[in-house]
Amino acid sequence: MIKAVFFYLFAILSVSSGAMVIIARNPVHAVLFLILAFFNGAGLFILLGAEFLAMLLIIVYVGAVAVLFLFVVMMLDVDFAELKAGFIKNAPVGALIGGVVLIELAALFLVYGFDLGVAGNVQTAMPSTGSGIDNTTALGRVIYTKYVYFFQASGLILLVAMIGAIVLTLRHKEGVKRQSVAAQVARSPKTAIEVVEVAPGNTILPSTEGQN
Amino acid sequence: MDIGLGHYLTVAACLFTLGIFGIFLNRKNVIVILMSVELMLLAVNINFVTFSHFLQDLTGQVFALFVLTVAAAEAAIGLAIIVVYFRNRGSIDVDEINMMKG
Repeated sequence: MIKAVFFYLFAILSVSSGAMVIIARNPVHAVLFLILAFFNGAGLFILLGAEFLAMLLIIVYVGAVAVLFLFVVMMLDVDFAELKAGFIKNAPVGALIGGVVLIELAALFLVYGFDLGVAGNVQTAMPSTGSGIDNTTALGRVIYTKYVYFFQASGLILLVAMIGAIVLTLRHKEGVKRQSVAAQVARSPKTAIEVVEVAPGNTILPSTEGQN
Repeated sequence: MDIGLGHYLTVAACLFTLGIFGIFLNRKNVIVILMSVELMLLAVNINFVTFSHFLQDLTGQVFALFVLTVAAAEAAIGLAIIVVYFRNRGSIDVDEINMMKG
């Protein structure tokens, strides 16, 4: 009973906040509704017994991705009112295509029903409820053994994404003095030191060039 | 009041459709399009975890983990591209992204 109440709470909130994401006029509000949708998705994950993924959803999505969205929305000085111009014009096309997808999904469910046809074909069985192994332990045991190559590959994907994002957005400002390691290492005594013979009684003025 | 597979799949289907609808509704604003894609990925993840629970198979959760990884990478790269594009053009209107047109 209490599970059903929480399911309907999370389901209704996630779908309605998902709707608010796409119809909100202010994109900051859209990002905040996206965060709400992810929180309720995490609630659904907890109801399904996937605690690790629920926490990951909150940490990765709410903590990193949604905040990244928020930063970009607030940093870019975009005229969002102008971008909303085609809102009403595009609505019928979107409703048509969204309706087609929804009808297709509904038809699929209505024809095939919700039964699990492949229940006997289990790849990695979950630990039974009485075994005392929680979800995080079970996932860790599988990720680091059976799926270790995929796990490493996903780490590589994140590394490539990080380098790509830095390379894309890094901007060198003109007129800022920077350290050039190559120029420093390439200095030899010949270019660094100048030996000057000074005649007795004379002075030399320091040369003004090459003083960086 | 038994919550079964169908209930969760219905929620996921609704979220996925909302994501598709959002892409067409906000055709000019790239940021909202990216957010709609994130909504669709959330729906896919709900599907994976639902089947993982009802089949008692951990593979679905492992795959949802990888989907999460790729979605985070996609969001980071997409937002970086938006920032660079805005720096160059002063707008993020999708209709004006035609510089590479042959």
